Amino acid sequence: MLLRDLAHARAGDKGDTSSIGVIAYRAEDYARLERLLTPERVRAHFSGIVHGEVRRYALPGIGALNFVMEGALGGGVTRSLALDAHGKCLASAMLEIELPDEA
Amino acid sequence: MTRSIRIGAGAGFSGDRIDPAVELAEQGGLHYLVFECLAERTIALAQLARQRDPEAGYDKLLAARMQAVLPACRRQGIRIVTNMGAANPLAAARKVAEVARGLGLAGLKVAALTGDDVADALRGTETPLDEGGTVAGLGNRLVSANAYLGAAPIAEALAGGAEVVVTGRVADPAMFLAPMIREFGWSLEDWPRLGRGTVVGHLLECAGQVTGGYFADPGFKDVPDLARLGFPLAEVTEDGDALLTKVPGSGGRVTPATCKEQLLYEVHDPARYLQPDVAADFTGVRLDPAGEDAVRITGGTGTARTGMLKVSVGCHEGWFGEGQISYAGPGALARGELARAVVRERLRLIGLEAEDLRLDLIGLDAIIGAGSAPAEPREVRLRVIGRCASAAAAERIGHEVDSLYLNGPASGGGVTTSVREVIGMRSCLVPAAMARPALHWLEA
Repeated sequence: MLLRDLAHARAGDKGDTSSIGVIAYRAEDYARLERLLTPERVRAHFSGIVHGEVRRYALPGIGALNFVMEGALGGGVTRSLALDAHGKCLASAMLEIELPDEA
Repeated sequence: MTRSIRIGAGAGFSGDRIDPAVELAEQGGLHYLVFECLAERTIALAQLARQRDPEAGYDKLLAARMQAVLPACRRQGIRIVTNMGAANPLAAARKVAEVARGLGLAGLKVAALTGDDVADALRGTETPLDEGGTVAGLGNRLVSANAYLGAAPIAEALAGGAEVVVTGRVADPAMFLAPMIREFGWSLEDWPRLGRGTVVGHLLECAGQVTGGYFADPGFKDVPDLARLGFPLAEVTEDGDALLTKVPGSGGRVTPATCKEQLLYEVHDPARYLQPDVAADFTGVRLDPAGEDAVRITGGTGTARTGMLKVSVGCHEGWFGEGQISYAGPGALARGELARAVVRERLRLIGLEAEDLRLDLIGLDAIIGAGSAPAEPREVRLRVIGRCASAAAAERIGHEVDSLYLNGPASGGGVTTSVREVIGMRSCLVPAAMARPALHWLEA
C-alpha cells in the first residue's frame, strides 16, 4: 500500500531545506507510521533530490511526523533552477512511498 | 466570563485574493484584521524598487486592499496590522492615509514601523551566513538585510491608538501576537502565553491554507467551494487558547486535519519554533473539533526567546535565462529528448558560461524525476534554464531554444523565453539590539 492511503502531507521551505509534515488520517495508524517511516526510508525515497541530512520529529499528540530535509531545494528557493523551486510537490512525492501490508 | 478577541487573516501572501478579506471584515465580528504579504525575497525586490523610486517599495496591492476593507473596518472599529510596508513602510503609510481620505475616512490613525532594515549596520561585517561565507564576503552584491522584528513595537502602536499598523519585515506570527499582548496585557516574559499566541498566529498567518486551501486531494481530502474559500479567524482567550473558524457559508472547511497541516508548515523542530518574542513549543498542541468548521486549539507553550533575530539578506546572484518548447503526439518523448540533446550541444558549441544549467522535460522529469518505468507521455515540454553572470549570456539560452523552430526536431511548438534578474536570499542571526524599531504616526 502507499503512504497516501494512511496519511496526508504538506511541504514547506526555508532556504535549501524542505520540511514535510506527514499526518495520519486515523490516530490508530500513527504507531505504524512511526515504525516504518524512518528518516532512512525517506532519504532513500528522495535520493537524487535530497543531498543532505534528513531529521524526523515526532508529534504523537496529533499523529504526525515532521521531516526536515537539508540540501533538498537545488541550493535554495531563490536561486534554484527547478521548476518547483519551493519543493511544494515533494509532499505528494512523499505519499508515493510504498509501505508493506501489515500481517 | 473569560475575555476574548477575534483576529482574522486577510491575506497569506502578496498575491492573495481580496474578497475573502472583505467577507471577514464585514461578517467576521472581528477586532483585528491581519494581512501577511511579505515572502522572503519580496523585501529584496522591494528594496530594488525603492532605489529606483523613493515612494515605491511596498506591496502592489496595498491600495486595493485598503480600498476594499477600510470602510467596514472603520465602521466596526476593526484594527488592521500588515507587513505590506515591505521596504518602505513610511511611503506605504502615506498611501493608506491617502486611500482613507479618498474614502472620506478623515482622521484615520496610521502607524508605520521601521527599524527592521539592518543593511547599514551589517554591511562589511564578518557575520556568518547560514549558507556559508560571511556578509562581508557578499561585498557590493548585498541588496538588503532585514531583521525579523517581534510583536512589542506593534503592540505599542496599537496601544497608541493606531487603526492601521504598517510594518516592514516582522515575524509573521508577531502580527497576530501583538493584538493579544495589547488586549490582555501579557508580559513580554510570559513564555507559555507568548508560545500559545504564536501557535495561533502561525495557524492564521497563511490565511486560506488553514481553511481548506492547499489541502484538496480529490477522493482523499475533498474541500467544498474552493472558488469562494473563506479566510480564517480565531477567537483567542486571555490564556492564549483559541477557537479557529471561518465565516459561516464561505467555502472551504476547518477541521483538525486542515489545522495539523498548517501547524507543521515550514516548521523544523516543533519543540523550538524560534521567534523574536519566544521559542514556541508545538509538541503538546491539541486540535479538537468544536462543531462545524471550528477547531479548538490548546496545549501550546513556550520558553525564553534567544535574544537573537533572524535576518534575511538579499544579494545579486546574476541572471536566469530560460526557454521552453513543446512536443506532442506519437514520438513526443523521443523528439523532446532529441531537442534536449541538441540544445545541450549548442550551448557547448557557443561556449555559454553558466554557473548552473538544467534541462528538463516537463511531463517526464522536471519535478521529481522519471521513476523506474515512466509511461510514454502524450506531450512533453523541454525546459532549459541557466544562471549566468550577465543578462546578455542568459539571453542566449532562450535564443538556442527559439532556434529549435527551424533547426530542431519536427513539430515543436509554443516557444517561450525569458531573462530575469536573480536576487538570492541568505540568512544570518544578529543580536536583537542591532535592530532599532521606531514608530511614525500619520493621520488621514
